[in-house]
Amino acid sequence: MKVAAALVALVLLTGAEDPVLVPDVSQHEIVVRQGFTGAELLLFGAILSPEGKAAAQDYDIVVVLEGPTRPVVLRQKQKVAGVWINTSSTTFQSAPSYYAMASTRPIRDIVDDQTAAIYELGLPFLQLSPTGAIDPASQQRFSEGLVGLMGRQGLYHQDEHGVSVTSRVLYRARVALPSSVGTGSYTAETFAIAHGRVVASAISRVEVRKAGFERAIADFANHDSFLYGLFVVAASVLMGLLAGRIFARR
Amino acid sequence: MDVYLPIASLSVNGLVIVGLGAITGLLSGMFGVGGGFLTTPLLIFYGVPPTVAAASAASQVTGASVSGVLAHTRHGGVDYHMGAVLVVGGVLGTGIGAVLFRMLSALGQIDTVINVLYVVLLGGIGGLMAQESIQTLRAARSGRAIPAAKRRHHPLVAALPMRWRFYRSGLYISPLAPLLLGLFTGILTMLMGIGGGFIMVPAMLYLLGMSARVVVGTSLFQILFVTIATTMMHALTTKAVDLVLSGLLLLGSVTGAQIGAAVAQKVSPVRLRLVLALIVLAVGLRMLLGLTWHPDEIFTVSGL
Repeated sequence: MKVAAALVALVLLTGAEDPVLVPDVSQHEIVVRQGFTGAELLLFGAILSPEGKAAAQDYDIVVVLEGPTRPVVLRQKQKVAGVWINTSSTTFQSAPSYYAMASTRPIRDIVDDQTAAIYELGLPFLQLSPTGAIDPASQQRFSEGLVGLMGRQGLYHQDEHGVSVTSRVLYRARVALPSSVGTGSYTAETFAIAHGRVVASAISRVEVRKAGFERAIADFANHDSFLYGLFVVAASVLMGLLAGRIFARR
Repeated sequence: MDVYLPIASLSVNGLVIVGLGAITGLLSGMFGVGGGFLTTPLLIFYGVPPTVAAASAASQVTGASVSGVLAHTRHGGVDYHMGAVLVVGGVLGTGIGAVLFRMLSALGQIDTVINVLYVVLLGGIGGLMAQESIQTLRAARSGRAIPAAKRRHHPLVAALPMRWRFYRSGLYISPLAPLLLGLFTGILTMLMGIGGGFIMVPAMLYLLGMSARVVVGTSLFQILFVTIATTMMHALTTKAVDLVLSGLLLLGSVTGAQIGAAVAQKVSPVRLRLVLALIVLAVGLRMLLGLTWHPDEIFTVSGL
């Protein structure tokens, strides 16, 4: 009897019923070229039972699109003798260059804080890895400062009603990328959550790269800095001369 | 018209940038100043990263000064001897400027220093120009002529050791004076993306006491070479020169200069100078507000 109860519990907990996520992204490659003004990605997919049928219950879906992380310095201004100057700073070892989260419901209604922190669900739970010995209060202040700043640049955002689920099977969320997105490998991760527990997750990738003329210029400036400088100078002088010619003729 | 800037890594309205360049060109056509002092802050207000703005504005000033130098060369308005000393000082200055730039960036104070410099320079020069043009306007109204100032170099310049003859400028002074002047404007060019014409011209007239005939040509000559050095320095150190951005600015300033020259022939120069002074003061005031009242952002982020 006890064994039977344990078996039932095992099935319920480990989830023979755990769903399978089949995610996809509308574009696996975002090409930054002339006229690029940003992009909108559609993150979508299906929630299926292991047998490949429609899921038997409602799951909460959270999608996270994250750009490559990099170390950054965040500085804070304060008014000193009537002038705003940078007075304190902190270093974040792993600040994502881009972060967007969308969910079916507010994160706090879906999971507890600990789970949210483990999977980095939502802006308050980003793992930024601050370095240096600073107290939790100022750490909190700096983290909120970074999130706010990046948010106003359109690089960090979250929409707690951004995911819609159709007939328990299809989910979809729209995510906007501004023109200032960094290049690199982005991950789009989808989580299915039930009763505060992540029961399935799946990753797809999005590559953001510069192409054509834009790429050539960026490469030229970074690899052959001296020649690039000469080229810019020559171009400016030439345009100035041409202008002078046209001017003189009139 | 959206244009993507490959170095600044963001998309801007190309027409706005061309328009900005046109305003600058208008000024250079009307007053013979490069206009970098307006381009850089306006680009920053528009959202271009400050370093990219300063680096790309410098190459725009290069283009804007080329035709000016040629025109003045034809009329013998360039003192090459004086110009060479100024250029040597200026190139040294850009080197010092690059070191300062790096040090201040590491300290996290580069933005504050650039803003303070802008407020001081724009406020000072704008104020002087406004005062002078209002005086002239008043004098013209009352029909009284202003006595012409005597051409003399500053006593401090006379105190410097070693003297060279600068024939075209009509001077027998120490080369250290123009060298230091060049050095100073070189540092400003590197930090602020300005040509420095609006500092050079008064300094040449009132500090060095140069002959007015060669002042503008020689200042343009120095600006041409120093902005070239600045562009190279930025290309090598900050890697922030945006070819597309400076191209758009140049396109605008080329057209602006033509319109500017036409306008200058129709409107009285004193009124024009008053307008320029007000523009300069407005930009300075906007920067002062950001510095003392409330900055655009409390936090700033930079890569490590």
